[in-house]
Amino acid sequence: MANLSKEETQALIQEVLEVYPEKAKEDRAKHLSINDQAADTKCVTSNRKSLPGVMTIRGCAYAGSKGVVWGPIKDMIHISHGPVGCGQYSRAGRRNYYVGTTGVNSFGTMNFTSDFQEKDIVFGGDKKLSKLLSEVETLFPLHRGVSVQSECPIGLIGDDIEAVSKASSQEMGKPVIPVRCEGFRGVSQSLGHHIANDAIRDHVFEREGAAETVEPGPYDVAILGDYNIGGDAWSSRILLEEMGLRVVSQWSGDGTIAEMEHTPKVKLNLLHCYRSMNYISRHMEEKYGIPWVEYNFFGPTKVAESLRKIASYFDDSIKEGAERVIAKYQTMMDEVIAKYKPRLEGKKVMLYVGGLRPRHVIGAYEDLGMEVVGTGYEFGHNDDYERTTKDMGNATLIYDDVTGFEFEEFVKRVKPDLIGSGVKEKYIFQKMGVPFRQMHSWDYSGPYHGYDGFAIFAKDMDMTLNNPCWKNMTPPWKASAEEEQQAVA
Amino acid sequence: MANIIISKAEDGGLTFYMPKKDLEVKVISLEFEAADKWGGELKLASGQSYYIDPMAAPSLPKSLRARRLD
Ligand code: SF4
Repeated sequence: MANLSKEETQALIQEVLEVYPEKAKEDRAKHLSINDQAADTKCVTSNRKSLPGVMTIRGCAYAGSKGVVWGPIKDMIHISHGPVGCGQYSRAGRRNYYVGTTGVNSFGTMNFTSDFQEKDIVFGGDKKLSKLLSEVETLFPLHRGVSVQSECPIGLIGDDIEAVSKASSQEMGKPVIPVRCEGFRGVSQSLGHHIANDAIRDHVFEREGAAETVEPGPYDVAILGDYNIGGDAWSSRILLEEMGLRVVSQWSGDGTIAEMEHTPKVKLNLLHCYRSMNYISRHMEEKYGIPWVEYNFFGPTKVAESLRKIASYFDDSIKEGAERVIAKYQTMMDEVIAKYKPRLEGKKVMLYVGGLRPRHVIGAYEDLGMEVVGTGYEFGHNDDYERTTKDMGNATLIYDDVTGFEFEEFVKRVKPDLIGSGVKEKYIFQKMGVPFRQMHSWDYSGPYHGYDGFAIFAKDMDMTLNNPCWKNMTPPWKASAEEEQQAVA
Repeated sequence: MANIIISKAEDGGLTFYMPKKDLEVKVISLEFEAADKWGGELKLASGQSYYIDPMAAPSLPKSLRARRLD
């Protein structure tokens, strides 16, 4: 890879921007920058509407609410209210694992939709929704509640899902939660997270008749914003329990509505994905006086740092517990690093992911001796970029809401050894001959969190990067021509 | 008038958060910080300033109404 200096990186950005029309150029310029650890405030512009005409990688508010925050609450049924496509094409793609019997008491990978047709748009879909809700109750009597996730048409035709939800909720004696997360709201899935958080605040915490489940204890914590991708939350949870904490609720990853209802009684909220769950954490901090702490469970350095940070909120027994856990896994981690570091050292990575990984996984790569040379968020905000600056090296690329074109050009010039991004980018870069890991759903692998996760992470990176297939990118007939040319030269 | 939340930052300072805009910024200075008189002009790291009606110092974080000054 070419190690670019600050000036070269600046020139690269300019060059890439060249193709845009004047106005678009001006707009996109604000979203691209070079990391400078010294400058603390002025960073890239973020959380703005994507430019019409470019290929953006973002999702919609419905995706943020149904897919991210609500979807993984396993014992509830989440209705994709509107046409069938939004829910069906995103069904079960995130790989948030859960335990339970699908279709009986857990519904995580199923798609429920009101399947809007023309007549529902013309005459309104409220009747259909209430019929659907009673059908759900008959067919799946063990569900613990329903959430109605609005797709675009609901807001456009002005259906009153709140009234229907209220009536049905009284009828079946279970919560029915209307969520106004129509896809056209906001600029990305980020607003969907916010809307979903607000719905939890209004309809879950405040619900009458919410069950009194667990006796509160002095070491109760809740895991927020760990989506249990490939089992992430499980490999995190065991560490927390080992150090003496009691994890009473796991939110959107193998979570249940009872666990959410219980959360206002915990002592500390542990926030993994800050972007999607900070809203509800702030609310709980103000209303119930529960502090929250951001942590990072990618790679042994950050895990140890985070365990100590979490422990600092508790008494000495927990602090000792944290040290015990760190010491226990030390040898295992040393072995993993000894095995994979020599194979991965010095390799450069470019990332472009969602809410927390553009900064969180940097530590894990560094533990393996790799370097992150470019990173960006699909839907990050200013506060995310502020948090990123200190984790990144100087003169590295930062790109917000990168367009398909920009990303390809950056890769061609920066020539990273590995790219970590989503499935839409995967095949483009693989065809360009660059090793690629899907960093949203761990490329059908995982977990990557915690100590056990790091071992898998290291193995996966090695498997991808050092795969012999990358040597065979040039077909044999062209390879021989190249060799001849070299021989002549 | 906008709804905002003021909370304690990790470094001991204050953070300004505006849910509507999803904006989190550091507070550089607050006019009054006494126990019985708290509030007034609020200067943000982003360069903007807001005004909150002075009150007895609340326990943080706290949702407040603020007026934009510039
Ligand atoms: S933007 Fe609207 S139509 Fe498209 S997926 Fe989102 S909710 Fe569905």
